[in-house]
Amino acid sequence: MSAPASSAVSIRGLRKAFGPKTVLDGIDLEIRRGEFFVLLGPSGTGKTTLLRILAGLELPDEGTVLAPRRRTTVYQEPRLVQARRVLANVTLGLPRSAREAGRGALAEVGLEGYGGAWPATLSGGEAQRVALARALVRDPELLLLDEPFAALDALTRLQMQELVAELCERHRPAVVLVTHDVDEAVRLADRVAVLREGFFAVEQPIDLPHPRDRNDPAFIAHRRLFLSHLGVAAASH
Amino acid sequence: MTLEGVAQAPPTPTEGPAAASPAAASSAAAPPIAGSPAVTSSAAAPPIATSPAITSSATASPIATSPAATPPGDLEPPRYLGSPRRRPAVSTAVRGAVPLLLVTAWWYGTGSGAISPDVLAGPGAVLGALGELVATGQLGDYLLASARRAGLGVLAGGGIGLLLGVVAGLSALGEELIDPTMQMKRAVPFLALVPLFISWFGVEETFKVVLIAVAAVGPMYAYSYLGVRGADRKTVEAARGFGLTGPRLVLGVVIPTALPNILMALRICLSVSLTGLIAAEQIGATEGIGYLVTLAQQYYRSDYMVLCILIYAVLGLLIDLAIRGVERLAMPWRGHVAAR
Repeated sequence: MSAPASSAVSIRGLRKAFGPKTVLDGIDLEIRRGEFFVLLGPSGTGKTTLLRILAGLELPDEGTVLAPRRRTTVYQEPRLVQARRVLANVTLGLPRSAREAGRGALAEVGLEGYGGAWPATLSGGEAQRVALARALVRDPELLLLDEPFAALDALTRLQMQELVAELCERHRPAVVLVTHDVDEAVRLADRVAVLREGFFAVEQPIDLPHPRDRNDPAFIAHRRLFLSHLGVAAASH
Repeated sequence: MTLEGVAQAPPTPTEGPAAASPAAASSAAAPPIAGSPAVTSSAAAPPIATSPAITSSATASPIATSPAATPPGDLEPPRYLGSPRRRPAVSTAVRGAVPLLLVTAWWYGTGSGAISPDVLAGPGAVLGALGELVATGQLGDYLLASARRAGLGVLAGGGIGLLLGVVAGLSALGEELIDPTMQMKRAVPFLALVPLFISWFGVEETFKVVLIAVAAVGPMYAYSYLGVRGADRKTVEAARGFGLTGPRLVLGVVIPTALPNILMALRICLSVSLTGLIAAEQIGATEGIGYLVTLAQQYYRSDYMVLCILIYAVLGLLIDLAIRGVERLAMPWRGHVAAR
């Protein structure tokens, strides 16, 4: 089996179980280069497992998974090395020559001049932006985002979503974003899939122009669709 | 986006086992497309001028112009970054391999005559000495006597060290009162106290137990202090908010959290107590494993010297197993991590 040339991720028949619980039950998925793919689902459905398999942190039980080698992950927590300064965290594992690019990445996430700061002195949103810069500086073909906004306050979350949308528009990596926030999904995605009981309950392209207005009827229709597949009454919105 | 030319670029050098999969291998074996050599020549600027999105990014962002920017590579199965699963049987075999190798080397070295019996007694002689001690019942008596001294000493010294460590770790006043003195005490080798203790306590049991207790206070204090300081401030704060104070806070939250450190300290206390036994049982003792070392030295019995070393080695193993057992029982939340 070989992936189409335009693919950034190619998954065939992926199966993964933890003990008696099968969390991924024969997943097929193609993600195009530059596509923003969002994986929705209630907690414990294997969204993060799928992402961790793409990151090489878990092994699939069955199936083929193909991904670019240049891929990076941003986790729910910033996961910065507390004992190293911000710039050293951004260029972690890269040669010294990457420091300039690291400063550039920090500037891109709005943290120009923060290179010498210690991670412990940053706010939650700032630390997460450093984590984003650390991913971007590697110029990924595939960017894996594991609920990167979940631990942020509502205002910071909105700013971060905007920043991620902007950065992805500029650098065009393929993106897999795992989230349980339906609005976030509809706002950012080129395509949304809802993972339930081991497979995709629904898979839906979102063809709305950016920036997206959450009061747009099309936006509301998408939201309603995904909420119903998540088992939540759409009337609550 | 038109990225075909890029995706068909010759594969970049592959790394390690990931390339072994059939899919990656087949794509790597595919002949380069006629139009693609341009890709190899231009390392800095990928030939994707047809894609407006990427060209614009090259000028807009400082990252895309950095040397890190390389053309997209082939897809491959993600290389597994986790630690491989280990079978318990393999793990146990590896664990025992080095000690077994040492014993074999000893056996072969003395048996072949490469090592003279004056330098190192062979396994046969050592087993003979062991048989002698077992037959006279001395081995059991010696071990029991030493275990009693070490046990009492570690219990008293470890208890005091734990108390001081917890107090110093919990309160600033406690730290100010206790820590400087303990740091000074730690710098004094407990063996330096032997003459003083003999003049105070004589050479009987009290002296021996006190010496071991003093030796055990230091490591237990240092590690439990560290463990209490390392306990999550927020959890302790929350527990205080639920009305836990004093002993209930310490026993219910602080000590369980610091338990990994305290058990580490217990390991060190027990091995320090073996050192203490040699010093304590050199004087005024008629039994004990430290006394056995003294005897071997006095009569220049190589077989007894090696036997003593073996007894200490076995004790070390038993201490490790015992602490692992305690860890398994006392820290069920750490499960396989603590007691593997």
